[in-house]
Amino acid sequence: MGPLTYFGEISTEWNYVIAIFIGMAFGYIMEASGFSSSRKLIGVFYGYDFAVIRVFITATLVAIIGLLYMGYFGWIDYSVLFVHPTFIFSATIGGIIMGFGFIIGGFCPGTSLCALAIGKLDGWVFTIALFIGIFIYSLVFPLIKPYYNMGDMGHITISEYLNMSNAWFTFWFAIIAVAIFYVTSVIRKKVKEVRY
Amino acid sequence: MDFWKENKTHIYWNPYFGGFMLGLLLIATFYITGRGLGATGGTKSAVITTVDKVAPGYAKESSYYSKYYDEEKNPMNNWLVFETIGMIAGAFLSGALSGRVKFRVQHPPHISSNKRLIYASIGGLLFGFGSQFARGCTSGAALSGSAVLSLGGFITMAGIFGTAYIVAYFFRKMWIN
Repeated sequence: MGPLTYFGEISTEWNYVIAIFIGMAFGYIMEASGFSSSRKLIGVFYGYDFAVIRVFITATLVAIIGLLYMGYFGWIDYSVLFVHPTFIFSATIGGIIMGFGFIIGGFCPGTSLCALAIGKLDGWVFTIALFIGIFIYSLVFPLIKPYYNMGDMGHITISEYLNMSNAWFTFWFAIIAVAIFYVTSVIRKKVKEVRY
Repeated sequence: MDFWKENKTHIYWNPYFGGFMLGLLLIATFYITGRGLGATGGTKSAVITTVDKVAPGYAKESSYYSKYYDEEKNPMNNWLVFETIGMIAGAFLSGALSGRVKFRVQHPPHISSNKRLIYASIGGLLFGFGSQFARGCTSGAALSGSAVLSLGGFITMAGIFGTAYIVAYFFRKMWIN
């Protein structure tokens, strides 16, 4: 039963080897989907290319449904999976700062690594700046620590928060996803084509 | 060969196929490790290592780094560091197979490459800072968080995309005519 490392079915050494292969698949999928191109990524905000949102939402939906089924079938212990903790204030503000970073820089950290890998100098610059951004954060951390820990809600899931079952939340999320896919395809046809 | 390359450089996967593959990869990652994917975690380890080499002892004292610093263990000896190395290799492989590997700056025709590099550096700084504050970036918080229905994952996802959509109008000159 999974997670394999949690139940000690894989040793730490093998876990690191697996990490490299998982990373390779991650990088390959992103690059093959066109995520090494800032102009393609940014198209999502100007309506000329919706690849980002399609890949992102499809991946989320497939993963949510797949993991829930694996839990139902008893192939994975769903209760021990790492649920990203919710700190309402820092999640919101951090998201807003990253939103500005995305529209100005044209990348997010994973995609900038893909761009760097294929020799795009804007990807190199973004990644170096990313290092500096993390370093600056560590310098000011003592000042913003109270805000960092504000609004701690623990490892809460969105279905718990909305008081729904996981299955119903996933059902509605799938409906919304299909609606987004449809609306974006309509917008895409109306927006002037951008060649890049 | 050149003809073949010329015609493949702009051919990307169908986004729904790419999304499906990424979803399967997320499932596999959770099945094996119990956690999701990440992109800034490995970068953070590299920052900590650099700081520790440049100013020995500082990382241990710093209130932020000390959370991740362990005297017994090299900070580069971390799952996400290995994953990040793999990411670069995988992206290179995909780019090489499609003839996309080339040193260049990609920028819209009306923006000079120097301007593009300045924007990329501002964006990188903001993303680096924001990802630490939100405890993860688009991969670690938004994608991997949402995969197991984390509330914080959905909030961060809405924060990143919502903000970018709201302010896109003001930054349009950077990207479109």
